Amino acid sequence: MTPVQAIIAKEVRCYFVSPIVYVVGGVFLLAFGLLAESLVTAIGVYAVQMMQMQGGPAQINLNELVFRNLFSGSRLILLLILPILSMRLFSEERKLRTFELLLTSPVRISELIAGKFISVCLIYFGMLALTGVVPLVLALFSDFDWYPVLTGYLALALLGSLFLATGTFASALSENQIVSALLGVGILFVFWLLGFLGSLLGDTTMGHIVSYISFMEHYDRLVSGLIDTRDLLYFASGLALMLFLTHQVVDSARWK
Amino acid sequence: MIDVQHITKRYGQHTAIDRVTFSVAKGEVLAFLGPNGAGKTTTMRILTCFMPATEGHAQVAGFDCAAQPMEVKRRIGYLPETPPVYQELTVTEYLTFVGRLRGITGPNLTSALDQSISRLELGSVRHRLIGNLSRGYRQRVGLAQALLHDPPVLILDEPTVGLDPKQIIEIRELIKSLAGSHSVILSTHILPEATAVCQRVVIINGGRIVAEDTPEQLSARLRQSEKVSVTLKSPPQDCETKLRGIPGVLNVFPGQSNGTFLIECTLGRDLRDDIARCIVSNQWGLLELRTISMTLEDVFLRLTRHEEGLPHSVEAAS
Repeated sequence: MTPVQAIIAKEVRCYFVSPIVYVVGGVFLLAFGLLAESLVTAIGVYAVQMMQMQGGPAQINLNELVFRNLFSGSRLILLLILPILSMRLFSEERKLRTFELLLTSPVRISELIAGKFISVCLIYFGMLALTGVVPLVLALFSDFDWYPVLTGYLALALLGSLFLATGTFASALSENQIVSALLGVGILFVFWLLGFLGSLLGDTTMGHIVSYISFMEHYDRLVSGLIDTRDLLYFASGLALMLFLTHQVVDSARWK
Repeated sequence: MIDVQHITKRYGQHTAIDRVTFSVAKGEVLAFLGPNGAGKTTTMRILTCFMPATEGHAQVAGFDCAAQPMEVKRRIGYLPETPPVYQELTVTEYLTFVGRLRGITGPNLTSALDQSISRLELGSVRHRLIGNLSRGYRQRVGLAQALLHDPPVLILDEPTVGLDPKQIIEIRELIKSLAGSHSVILSTHILPEATAVCQRVVIINGGRIVAEDTPEQLSARLRQSEKVSVTLKSPPQDCETKLRGIPGVLNVFPGQSNGTFLIECTLGRDLRDDIARCIVSNQWGLLELRTISMTLEDVFLRLTRHEEGLPHSVEAAS
């Protein structure tokens, strides 16, 4: 077992022993479920109205009306809860002085960050997999196109990973877990607002740049079923940047 | 095995350690003695590559701490001030994790684990969560972690803190048994510990080494005078003055309890006979008379209290 694998195994184990994964997972599944339920109920009411008006079975596009809204709405849930999931990664080690053990073991800082980041991603992907119940149940009673649903899940996975990388960075900044979580949410919120600013600026060079920096338009494109390498590149580079910054913060102890 | 040359560590304006130089031979046990905030932990952190020195060089087992940290880390077992344990893991899980971090796998890991657990008598708690263990057990888990990969160099920051007296003796025995095959640096405020376990003592204060020698030599070198303690049954007001009158007596101080006096005499002269005669002839009622040798504790206090009149030989040693 390599050091990275050892760190992943230890982190996942610690997550399941502590209540955090159950609380965060529970809140995420509950929020996701409630959102899905309210969307489906609203569509149901709409469908009945359509039927009464047209006098026959209504054509309802579940992809447009349910999944797109569901995935868009999940953004906010992720923004609020993922930094809570990642807040302990470095803060707790610093607080409990176990950081000294890790930094005096023959493990590279990059291996340390990789192990921690992969472990929290695994937890998140597990949570995401559980939400698969929603499309599976809907598939039993209705007909929809699976392709945009899958790209939507890809978007959720990429966005979540980016959020977790940001959260990992925030965690490296503070010894206090609450501060780390708030920092993470704060950084993500700024990028969220940049998306709005970009759309306000509209079709100008500045507008394009600002919109590109925010995760909003990249996410929306993926959710709409469009896989563009530019968006994939955005998430990959954002992830790399956040993990690089984490590396710099952790390594800063080494500066003279 | 360990060679430290003029290392300095500054945090902004504050200088934590200032041009510290010392070395530890293979198989030697060295005690780092000093009050809180003297720079013991900082020195240890530099040696374990947790942080770099601002200036100077440190070498462990022939590898430079700044240039080849991985090689140094592989050869060091480190117990920080607070045992670095994860409360959510059991003792076995924790030690397995530490072993894997250090690249020990398979049957080697199992045997290293068993050896370390039996060495520190953790067998009865090996499947319990560390969070539920007492301070003493956590300390021992921390030590087990440091010994797990049988490193040639051990750096122990206050290894006996939080242990009960029986455990303290056991840990000291363990450290003594490591001498010869391992180079050990341990920091402590407990002076008898340094005397009991170590061949050499480095006293550090305010970030600087103020003395370095064997425990016996240190106390011998710092002894400026012979001290005699007497206890009298009925000392009159003027007995201090009369005692001072004895040729060779430098000073007389009242002791802690009533009727006890500390008499400082010129180095190399045994005045017990003269003192006794003076007391008996004046009929003050001699109850006790004994010489006091300077303990390491006195040496330590003398060196770390910024007292006037520090012997030049000691300053020269630093």
